Amino acid sequence: MTPHVILRIIAKFLIPLIALFAFYVQFHGDFGPGGGFQAGVILAASVILYALIFGLEAAKEAIPPSWVRIGMSLGVLLYGGTGVVTWMLGGEFLNYSVLIDGYPAKGQHYGIIAVELGVLLAVASVMLAIFYAFGSRQPDLSEEDW
Amino acid sequence: MASTILLDIGFMAMLVVVAFAIVRLRSLFAIVMLQGVYSLVSAAWFVSLDAVDVAFTEAAVGAGVSTVLMLAAMLLADRESRPVPLGRQIGPLLIVVFAGLAMFYAVGDMPAYGDAHSPANSYVGHDYLDRTAEEIHIPNVVTAVLASYRGYDTFGEAVVVFAAGLGVLLLLGLNGNAGRWRAKPNGVRVSKQAAPAARKRPLPADAPQPMSAPAATIMTTRAKKPAAKKKKGGSS
Repeated sequence: MTPHVILRIIAKFLIPLIALFAFYVQFHGDFGPGGGFQAGVILAASVILYALIFGLEAAKEAIPPSWVRIGMSLGVLLYGGTGVVTWMLGGEFLNYSVLIDGYPAKGQHYGIIAVELGVLLAVASVMLAIFYAFGSRQPDLSEEDW
Repeated sequence: MASTILLDIGFMAMLVVVAFAIVRLRSLFAIVMLQGVYSLVSAAWFVSLDAVDVAFTEAAVGAGVSTVLMLAAMLLADRESRPVPLGRQIGPLLIVVFAGLAMFYAVGDMPAYGDAHSPANSYVGHDYLDRTAEEIHIPNVVTAVLASYRGYDTFGEAVVVFAAGLGVLLLLGLNGNAGRWRAKPNGVRVSKQAAPAARKRPLPADAPQPMSAPAATIMTTRAKKPAAKKKKGGSS
């Protein structure tokens, strides 16, 4: 009989919803409150909840640390790369209006989406990386230790 | 209007109560939990101030992730904070009183709550509000300012977050294995031990002492080296 049955069941139900909400916050950021930072933290929180309930090893199997390491650099690269692309297209660094020729407002949309994706990747990965780094260094606690 | 002001005062009173509780408590576990409560109450307060984006961030970062990270850090350190002797409390108290008085002095210069002509609302703020609709075509001006008009600042923030993660990884290692990597200068292991916190379980009592064996190997290699050189010199 595994302990914390109620916690496990509720978490199983909540974790997908939290991850889904993170993506809603990400892609609805143009219309409502939210954006890459908040979505990244919420996405990381769903994985952290999984790790708290089912153990750090299970979380590391679901989201391997190597992905986390790649993700944090890829996020910053995506943000900076968008700037470099606009640079190549003849605009200033991070001036998205040049992304689509003749439609500056559309270019702004695409630029903002790319940049927010970069922020999402970087923030979610860094939060997970810090959690993995701290969480991996302690021995598993027994119930009485708390 | 009057009801939201009552709400604001209520939230601020709760914040003060929680802050006093944090200062008075000794159990670090309770303090970390109360910090989460503090973040949640301030998130609710931000909503009542119509700063929904800030409230969102505060709830997700302050009440969510940072509570977990503080707990993880607490488990590595200590469960209780030791009481500070009275003599060492006077200096900080003076600083806090002085800073508080300075803030009260500055309150007179602050714009009134909701003032449409405050400096924050009058110069570029107006520009952003007017031009977002025609230049970027998205309804949320906060996102437009954050990602486009102030794209450089947000890039800097992303790099800061990345640097923070990189620093933690360099210090602790992603799998808690920063201390398990063993240096092998001249093919000799300097340390047989992992970092103490990286171990899953404490070593059995009859295990060799951490320092004695590597120290011995270092001593022997140091003693051997000049001899080896001499041999080389003799043969050539």
